Amino acid sequence: MHNFDFKKPSSVTELTAMMTSYGRDARLLAGGTDLIVGMRSGNLRPAVVIDAKKIPTMVEIQLEKDGLTLGAATSCRRIWENRQVADIYPALIDSASLIGGTSIQGRASIGGNLCNASPSADSVPTLIVMRAVATIVSSRGTRTLPVKDFCLGPRKNVLADDELLLQLHFPPPPKHSGGAFNRFIPRNEMDIAVVNAAAEVELDSSHTRFVDVRIAIGAVAPTPLFVSEAGNAIKNKPVNRKTIDHAGDVAMACAKPISDLRGTADQRRDLTRIMTIRALERAVRRAGGTVTDD
Amino acid sequence: MTDYTTRITTVINGQEETFFCEPRESLLEILRDRLQLTGTKEGCNDGNCGACTVILDGVSVNSCCVLGVEAENASIETIEGLADGDMLHPLQQAFIRETALQCGYCTPGLLMAAKDLLAHEPLPSNERIRLWLANNLCRCTGYTRIIKAVAQAAKELHQKP
Ligand SMILES: Cc1cc2nc3c(=O)[nH]c(=O)nc-3n(C[C@H](O)[C@H](O)[C@H](O)COP(=O)(O)OP(=O)(O)OC[C@H]3O[C@@H](n4cnc5c(N)ncnc54)[C@H](O)[C@@H]3O)c2cc1C
Ligand code: FES
Ligand code: FES
Repeated sequence: MHNFDFKKPSSVTELTAMMTSYGRDARLLAGGTDLIVGMRSGNLRPAVVIDAKKIPTMVEIQLEKDGLTLGAATSCRRIWENRQVADIYPALIDSASLIGGTSIQGRASIGGNLCNASPSADSVPTLIVMRAVATIVSSRGTRTLPVKDFCLGPRKNVLADDELLLQLHFPPPPKHSGGAFNRFIPRNEMDIAVVNAAAEVELDSSHTRFVDVRIAIGAVAPTPLFVSEAGNAIKNKPVNRKTIDHAGDVAMACAKPISDLRGTADQRRDLTRIMTIRALERAVRRAGGTVTDD
Repeated sequence: MTDYTTRITTVINGQEETFFCEPRESLLEILRDRLQLTGTKEGCNDGNCGACTVILDGVSVNSCCVLGVEAENASIETIEGLADGDMLHPLQQAFIRETALQCGYCTPGLLMAAKDLLAHEPLPSNERIRLWLANNLCRCTGYTRIIKAVAQAAKELHQKP
């Protein structure tokens, strides 16, 4: 591995000052499961590596009335070990508990997964349907941005050279709602998604009609995709097989996959439909509904 | 040339250790090459095989994907600290009893990952053990005996007063 300077600021102010002075020569280190692997292979050669984990705000989990706030460097394992978070935000746990294996999850953060901006990142569709908002800071100030607008292309995100992701905020789930994430991989564990999909549904009080539906899909375009068309297509429709299948068809039509060693474009289109349907089924169950056959 | 060398103090298997390293050195390299704790193995060096698993501040991690400089003030458990003197840990005993190893290269990593599991979930189901150990590859055993050994050790540890 190339040589670099290692910094471990203890406050956000100290960190943003460093980002301002080093700019594109610096990389933030969260769990390092993308960064250290990338540096070892020679793909990434930052002159300065800045460890974010000594800053309390970056590793805090705050569950309050107005929702959940996650420090961007909080590890997946600390998230799924938190029973309260698991109860309220099960879709987040679906993602956090399948990124790599246990010892990857002990380090890998959701913030790192998002900033790395891989088209197949397994937390990003979930963050999108959960309406997560990114808090971005630099010494120039703070701005917020919905996660659906965060990724720009493979390994490209909206952060300027002096900016970093500080926190992710999730609103409280509405009543009668549920979310879920799933992916297709050829093995059971430890692989990169061929296609992944997340859904969050809000049902009416009788749990028989969709009030609001959000669907996002991954590994089928240069960035994870928020497919509002698919969710909107089934708003106010009854909760049944036909409705859910229709959302799957619309999501499939929105996918723009490529063929690569993990799968062909055709297979990915088909999987988009299936993963969307399965995410919706699980989300409906978690919202207290049942998918009927009529 | 810039000198990047840093002085790091950690606790390894209960003993304070100080070492000098460059930021680019992984915790795995430090353990093996600087501290001669060669029980921890290098397989893939990119987070996939789990041969390098150690417990860092109570959490199992792939030491090839941790920088040595990140271990400042941390507490690290490696395979060298698992046995109590000559008394093997119940997990080690169960691995021997069940022949849960052949070449043994994956074993230190598996034992540390399993120790972490049992510290948090004393009586995991076989399904849970399989899922937890998915980050640890074994080319020899076919896993069945490993799962059995971990389940046995769990029972034994649980029955102990
Ligand atoms: C064996 C293995 C298996 C994996 N399996 C999966 C999988 O199943 N699914 C999946 O999606 N991914 C997987 N990954 C990829 C990786 O683990 C995830 O993307 C992880 O979430 C990255 O988080 P991290 O904290 O380790 O990020 P890091 O490696 O620390 O950072 C990733 C990138 O984002 C930047 N960054 C990190 N945090 C911030 C911030 N707060 N602000 C600005 N920039 C930041 C870093 O500079 C770096 O460029 C796997 C990786 C390995 C090695
Ligand atoms: S050597 Fe670290 S995971 Fe393979
Ligand atoms: S015993 Fe040989 S790799 Fe597991």
